[in-house]
Amino acid sequence: MMPVLVVLTPFVAAAAGLVVGRNRLLAQRVAVVGTGIALALSVGMGVMVWVGGPSVDEWGTVPTGWVPVTIATRADGLGATLAIMVSSVALCVQIYSTAYMHRQPRYGTFAALVSLFTAAMLLVVLADDLIVLLVGWEVMGICSALLIGHHWEREEARSASVKAFVVTRLGDVGLLAGILVMADLTGSFRISELQQSATASTALTVGLVLMLCGVVGKSAQVPLHVWLPDAMAGPTPVSALIHAATMVAAGVFLVARLHSVYLLSSVALAILAIVASATMLLAALAALAQDDYKRVLAWSTSSQLAYMLGALAVGGYSAGLFHLLAHGAFKALLFLAAGAIAHALGTTMLPDMGGLRRSMPMTYLVSSLGLAALVGLPPLVGFFSKESVLGAAEEAALHGGPLPAWSAWLVLLAGLATVLLTAAYATRAWLLAFRGPPRWSGAAHDPPPAMRTPVVALAVPTVVLGVLAFMPAVVSAMFDPGDQVAAEPEGLSFDVGTAVVSLALVGMGALAVFAEWRRTGQRDPSVSLGQAHGLLADGFGVDRLYDTVIVRPFLALSRLVVASDRDVIHAYVRGAGRSARALGGLPHAAQAGHVQGYVTAVLAFVVILAAAGAGAALL
Amino acid sequence: MRLAFPLVVSAFLFSLGVFGVLVRRNAVLVLMSVELMLNGVNLNLVAFDAWWADALHGGQVLTLFVITIAAAEVGLGLAIVLLVFRNRGTSDLTDLGLLDERTEDDQRPADVDQPEDAR
Repeated sequence: MMPVLVVLTPFVAAAAGLVVGRNRLLAQRVAVVGTGIALALSVGMGVMVWVGGPSVDEWGTVPTGWVPVTIATRADGLGATLAIMVSSVALCVQIYSTAYMHRQPRYGTFAALVSLFTAAMLLVVLADDLIVLLVGWEVMGICSALLIGHHWEREEARSASVKAFVVTRLGDVGLLAGILVMADLTGSFRISELQQSATASTALTVGLVLMLCGVVGKSAQVPLHVWLPDAMAGPTPVSALIHAATMVAAGVFLVARLHSVYLLSSVALAILAIVASATMLLAALAALAQDDYKRVLAWSTSSQLAYMLGALAVGGYSAGLFHLLAHGAFKALLFLAAGAIAHALGTTMLPDMGGLRRSMPMTYLVSSLGLAALVGLPPLVGFFSKESVLGAAEEAALHGGPLPAWSAWLVLLAGLATVLLTAAYATRAWLLAFRGPPRWSGAAHDPPPAMRTPVVALAVPTVVLGVLAFMPAVVSAMFDPGDQVAAEPEGLSFDVGTAVVSLALVGMGALAVFAEWRRTGQRDPSVSLGQAHGLLADGFGVDRLYDTVIVRPFLALSRLVVASDRDVIHAYVRGAGRSARALGGLPHAAQAGHVQGYVTAVLAFVVILAAAGAGAALL
Repeated sequence: MRLAFPLVVSAFLFSLGVFGVLVRRNAVLVLMSVELMLNGVNLNLVAFDAWWADALHGGQVLTLFVITIAAAEVGLGLAIVLLVFRNRGTSDLTDLGLLDERTEDDQRPADVDQPEDAR
């Protein structure tokens, strides 16, 4: 019963929020209370799972004429942990939005969509049927697109919204195809059934790789990563919830949910490892040269999601999920703090910040914590989660894992290189935003309590979640996948060697940027990259490449279709009308209004009829 | 008397009426031509009545009816013509074209429909 209640509560809150949307105060209460109840129910479900064991419930079957769709939910450790994480971040964001969106129009719709998104994400983590999961997945997608386009008065928000929708949809086609392949193999859409009956085969590999397309789209991995940086046109709370902490993590969740199946196919894991390695490196490089603080964070999200997928690819199930949890906390924290800066300065551009250390001490403190966690400084949670990822990769590289050793090496080396780059871009953003001379005018100060509380609340897990690394039993209970086939999730593996190396890399990256910043008189260190700066700021020109290779030919094709419809097909339709009209015009011309003409015609016909009659009679 | 004589006269009268109705432009003269046609018919009726030697003299009775109705009809017709003349200043039938169904659009070269996408 619990999983359904957990999903339905924010859904009801969304519906109610739409109804009362005009009344701002009521809409705020509905959104915050609804999400709060969802959090309480998630915690309750967690307690039930950890005390009473995982459970799978069926609520009905939808006959399809082929494989039936079962409305089935699944409450297990993994689902409960993620449900608690999703609803806590959602609650933080809802509380934060009451203040952040205070002066903005359309607050009611905004809050209702965030609630609907929460419901959809909870459905994804609690579904036991791939089609049910897909429903939640797609609802999340549309919520994401709508919320990116919240400020639809702005051109960039509109195009970012369409872009996010189209790009993720591209991946979702693969996901749907993958789900159908799976259903064809096992005769069921049920996840538990798939986990029990899946055996290694080429068809399974094909299905898994197709499903990876959806993962790559949702989690903003190369080559479908282009939508995430643009998605920052949405309001900052949305970026925090959807484009950092939860929705983009749904791709990671899907791989984790089906991890026991993915372990059967080393090809799928190797592809995942390649995608993850490429993404973590490229995204971290791109983050190095962004001028918009939110875009720095967006590229960094892409890069960190690649860490999680890389961990799952090398068989580090718990490590990947631990990093997901950690990233959810510190990235939401970073975005909400960025929102506080945007609230105070009215901009998120790094060149317009500087010196915020003094004027916004609280924001400075929590952002520093968040960036330190992102970089992986001990004892913050980011250090432990990243080390466990790297530890898992090293384990697979040296001692063999579920995937070819070379791809494990790829993940490990890319991961280590990304540590260096992460330290560099985080340090650069930190220096530009908070240190140095102020490059803004007016008075900036820390945000009001409704925005401050969620940020501080998110700082707590950022600092303390690291203790999980020393509690393997808790970790395996938290991420218990709840199926009988897979073994108990292994604990987190740490390695002193990689830890030392990555800490050294962090030091190198951070110090290099700091030294450059000092040398150039506290100016943007990324300018020193010279020619490369433009390329990185542009995200390696992938957008322009897609524009040339895909968008323009597609538009040309569309124009061709329109033209041929208008000038060829429609010409026939018009021709039919015209000729009928012209034909009708012939007798019409006689109808000129001369009564005597009409009578003459009548008489002529009478004479003809009479003559014909007479002729017939004579013959 | 032979039947043919009155029939020829009546056919001549009727044809004269038809010619007048079709050709004359003045509405009053058209009305008079209609009367000529009616009288042609009347002559026909009377001639056949005499030829058949009908005991009830249906032909003659009908003729009386026709004369009565024709009187009423001419009265009505003249009233209409008078009103038309008052309103329009003419009783020339070629100028009275209200029955013309063609709209101004039709009299231009036919352009059937604007295509919806010609925006």
